[in-house]
Amino acid sequence: MSGELTILRAGPSMTLQDMGRPGHLALGLSRGGASDRLALAEGAALLGQPANTLALEMAALGGEFQASEDVRIALTGAPMRAAIDGEPVVWNASHWLPAGARLSIGAATAGCYGYLHVGGGFAAEPFLGAGSAHLSAGIGALLQDGETLGIGPDRGRDTNMMIEPEDRFHGGAVRLTPSFQTELFAREALERLQSEPMKRAARANRMGVALTPDGGGYHIEGGRNVVSEIVLPGDIQVTGDGMPFVLMVECQTTGGYPRIGTVLPCDLPRVAQTPAGAELRFRFVDLDEAVELERADAKRRAELSKLCRPLIRDPRLMRDLLSYNLIGGVVAGNEDIEEE
Amino acid sequence: MTLPSLEYPLIRTGGVDGLLISFGDRLSEPANRAALAFRAAVEAEGWEGVEETSSTLVSCFIRFDPLHLSHEAAKAKVEALAKGRNWFDAELPRGRRFWRIPTVYDADLAPQLAQAAAAAGMSEAEAVASLSGARVRVQALGFSPGQPYLGELPEAWDIPRQSQLTDRVPKGALVVAIRQFVLFGVSAPTGWQHVGQTAINLFQPEAEEPILLRPGDEVQFIATDAASLNNMRSDPMGGATSETIT
Repeated sequence: MSGELTILRAGPSMTLQDMGRPGHLALGLSRGGASDRLALAEGAALLGQPANTLALEMAALGGEFQASEDVRIALTGAPMRAAIDGEPVVWNASHWLPAGARLSIGAATAGCYGYLHVGGGFAAEPFLGAGSAHLSAGIGALLQDGETLGIGPDRGRDTNMMIEPEDRFHGGAVRLTPSFQTELFAREALERLQSEPMKRAARANRMGVALTPDGGGYHIEGGRNVVSEIVLPGDIQVTGDGMPFVLMVECQTTGGYPRIGTVLPCDLPRVAQTPAGAELRFRFVDLDEAVELERADAKRRAELSKLCRPLIRDPRLMRDLLSYNLIGGVVAGNEDIEEE
Repeated sequence: MTLPSLEYPLIRTGGVDGLLISFGDRLSEPANRAALAFRAAVEAEGWEGVEETSSTLVSCFIRFDPLHLSHEAAKAKVEALAKGRNWFDAELPRGRRFWRIPTVYDADLAPQLAQAAAAAGMSEAEAVASLSGARVRVQALGFSPGQPYLGELPEAWDIPRQSQLTDRVPKGALVVAIRQFVLFGVSAPTGWQHVGQTAINLFQPEAEEPILLRPGDEVQFIATDAASLNNMRSDPMGGATSETIT
């Protein structure tokens, strides 16, 4: 049977997330879902469950948790310091969280969004087909201290698996396709976009990520009078002050500020995970190349489970090697508890 | 200026998985009707690989799976459909309604009324008379769930969006720019000017029909005072009433 996870202490911006609820653009509802969909898929692969399983997304800072029964957990996305009853545990890996033990997750050491997954997934009443919170639309809410989350039935057993994540936590190269408004910008602006580094500005959330170009704002004539048009996650919107702003999973569905380009869906996790001050470099690719990049990414995501391998405990991560239960740590000695 | 029918519909890609079919580069009644009708036609076609459609002010957007439906094939289907008829003379959707939504235009609840009135070349009193007297139509839903774009306002209201975003307008805010209203369903940043405040809940997740307004509906933002609006806040409709347009 499924248990519960109690949030003893919630970080400032924790929500339940899955792959979102696509298909409601006509209502004015954007897809939403995990800011880093790759991290969601990595956690699901570690626990051997569908990628669309509901997990806990933690922006910048984790929290403290306690399970009512033994549960399998996986930790993915932005690496955060994590420990079970004070014993450090490895990020990008799956673990047993024994009933009553205290899981503490600290601040991100790189990137922005960390994920806590549980075997069986978190249970939430679906709305329009999904359980994820979409705060800008008023669906769901930030998780709070003392809240208890239901956990679905877990048929899996494996823990102590790890996965090597694609490093997307320090900024880097991001590929774009043209937006239908790219032509509103002068050739020089498009060249500058692809040659100058952009710093991620302080303002960033699930709706959008502000950028600061080295060479100042991007101006276009008449940009404040453009007819409002459909907005896609990944669109780089240029507001009236010329500052580029990448629209993210929880963005508006229409907007009137012109879009200079659109980040490829497979590169959006990198934008989401880029910490403030880190640099992003943009490059346009043509449509055929973009489709092939997406195809390759879909294949990679479908085969993530092949990248999971047994976790080799690193003695450097063990605070007190002598008191560490080596046998219990290597093979999950509590595998049978669920049978009771 | 080129005649719209010679240039439009204009078919462009949006992102790696979208096609946008536009019937104009600025809002007009025929372009809006064309966008609504074209979207309905694409829905009726039921093309394999199409994941969703929506309509905006002057366009129909089609999101498809480019791994299973190539851009080339999707564009060919859209072109063929677009050539099939004159979309600009399409009729409005059926079952339209006329809504009266109580709105406060006082400075403390509508902080940008004065600057918007000045931009439109009116006194505040003239601005309130113009805005509250206009019967506008829902041309598209977008931005946040159930949030309408409405138009078209008199020419004087062809004022640009602000160069700097307003940090946050409250839910129910009535904002204006480029001869249109937007009625905010959520609290959000915006470049439009906040000229009125309503108490309506455009998106009611628990309700049988979570979305209140539909494209084609007509709306008048009737002036009321702050005390009356306050009394309407307990009503999910915020005092709004509707009747079917016959």
